[in-house]
Amino acid sequence: MAKSPLSFGISRIVFAAWWLVWFCIQWSVLSEMGISTEEAITDSAVSNILLGGCCLVIINNMRYYLPRQEKYWYVFTVSLILSFLWLIIMRSLLYFIFKSDSHYTLLLKQSSTIRFGFAFLMIGCVSAISLLWFTQLDKILSENRQKEIEQLAKDAELFKLRQQLQPHFLFNSLNSVSALIGSQPEKARHMIQQLSDFLRGTIKKEEHQWNTLQEEIQYLQLYLDIEKVRFGHRLQTTVQVEETAAECLLPALLLQPVVENAIKFGLYDTMEEVNITIHATQQTNMLHIIITNPYDASTATPSKGTGFGLASVKRRLFLLFGRADLLIIQPEHNIFITTILIPQKI
Amino acid sequence: MNAIIIDDEPLARLVIREYLTPYSNITVVQECADGFEAVKAIMQHQPDLIFLDIQMPKINGFEMLELIDTPPAVIFTTAFEEYAIKAFEAHAVDYLLKPFSKERFAKAIEKLADGKEKNTAGTKQLLENDTYSTTHYNRVVVKENGKIKIIPLAQVQFIEAADDYVKLHTADGSFLKNKTMSYFESALDINSFIRIHRSYIVNVQLITRLDPYEKETYQAVLSNGKKLPVSKTGYTKLKDVLGI
Repeated sequence: MAKSPLSFGISRIVFAAWWLVWFCIQWSVLSEMGISTEEAITDSAVSNILLGGCCLVIINNMRYYLPRQEKYWYVFTVSLILSFLWLIIMRSLLYFIFKSDSHYTLLLKQSSTIRFGFAFLMIGCVSAISLLWFTQLDKILSENRQKEIEQLAKDAELFKLRQQLQPHFLFNSLNSVSALIGSQPEKARHMIQQLSDFLRGTIKKEEHQWNTLQEEIQYLQLYLDIEKVRFGHRLQTTVQVEETAAECLLPALLLQPVVENAIKFGLYDTMEEVNITIHATQQTNMLHIIITNPYDASTATPSKGTGFGLASVKRRLFLLFGRADLLIIQPEHNIFITTILIPQKI
Repeated sequence: MNAIIIDDEPLARLVIREYLTPYSNITVVQECADGFEAVKAIMQHQPDLIFLDIQMPKINGFEMLELIDTPPAVIFTTAFEEYAIKAFEAHAVDYLLKPFSKERFAKAIEKLADGKEKNTAGTKQLLENDTYSTTHYNRVVVKENGKIKIIPLAQVQFIEAADDYVKLHTADGSFLKNKTMSYFESALDINSFIRIHRSYIVNVQLITRLDPYEKETYQAVLSNGKKLPVSKTGYTKLKDVLGI
């Protein structure tokens, strides 16, 4: 529930002081007009307490019901009705108390218009302020909600992007294990170990986790080793990580789709022996990772080269750093070069 | 019975070979690591049976099969569940999802023994209905003087009917393919390839002009100057796509 403007200690004091001031003003005005002190005090007290009550009513009302359309007409109408009610009640009460004093009752009658005007102005102002207050509050709340929704969407998107472990990779690997069990059970056991470590790595990594390059490379090495078992001598890998780069941080599993992409075009779509290289350096607060793979330019069309895997990496980098220039691809003489830049916090 | 195992992963071939040991009537005459090798091996050995993987470098299992005139019985072995399993199970001898058990493998061999005649016919039928290769890959695989050529669809200018075959015309010459006109008509993207005549399907991108020809018929002029007849119904289709 939205907080009322009167839910703070200071604003309550101000509210009370406000009516006290008007009470005093009214008292002195009435005294100047030759009304007895008793009558002036009673009159001021009754009018101001009632008017204060009306204002409380309006503040509370706005708290539960905030007009969305025709707000200004609403404020106007409500203020008009309340001022009118206030006038009737106040007049009847004071008339009933001091009906014997004709001087006072005459003044009460004559001052009705000005009293009504004053009450209308007061109630109008309070309702306008409340309207503004609650509208503002409502806006802040919905903004927060919007932010929360965006954060959730972002999280979901990142999660989805990361979850794209290729099932074909898993099933083909299991098929290789099945083959090894017959001929080389020790090797089969080793591969199951690698596969388990790899899958555990995919599952356990936290959404916003940042890992050192060294950890990520170890994880990629598992993946590459599994592919080596599947494709035998056809796959060679060269991994070079500079000492300073090894300790750099990068988002978990960011490199995975890039290496998958390299395997897809370098290994799945060629028939020769292939070498896939990963080279990492640190250059002025920026981690550079260069991944190269051979590919066949005649069968792999350029549009395929920026396929889903790399698009997701680009998107993820954009979500994390707000920059679209952190992934660079260059096809060069049947070698596909993917460069990833990761800004490092100092 | 002679068999060939076609798979790009050595260990995958190993499993099949191992599973085949109890079957003394089946001899593995060759193992192939890709489609090109497979086409050659099938021509040479004329096997009764092939074990075929789908995901292979350059040309996939389906494309490889298209290049064989009289395909042998096929048992697919693949990790790709999404393609063939529903559409082709009825036609191929069997479809084994990797990794598969010895029992499942035995069932496939049993099926093979049950209806040998039916099997090769099934493979042919499978290929007739197969729209996999053209819808998933924007290319056509053809054979020319024993060599395999991969033509990207964008390079195809027009397709001409030629008896039981169709002729694919490209800038590098024309290639025969053992498919029907109606096959291509339904398999190709309707917005880029239109059947303008009983005997012609044209790449819309290349049409530069439509000239009136005899009554109610037209002639399409391609960017290379080639003129193709357009029938009355062909003209209606062209009008729809070109928005004239």
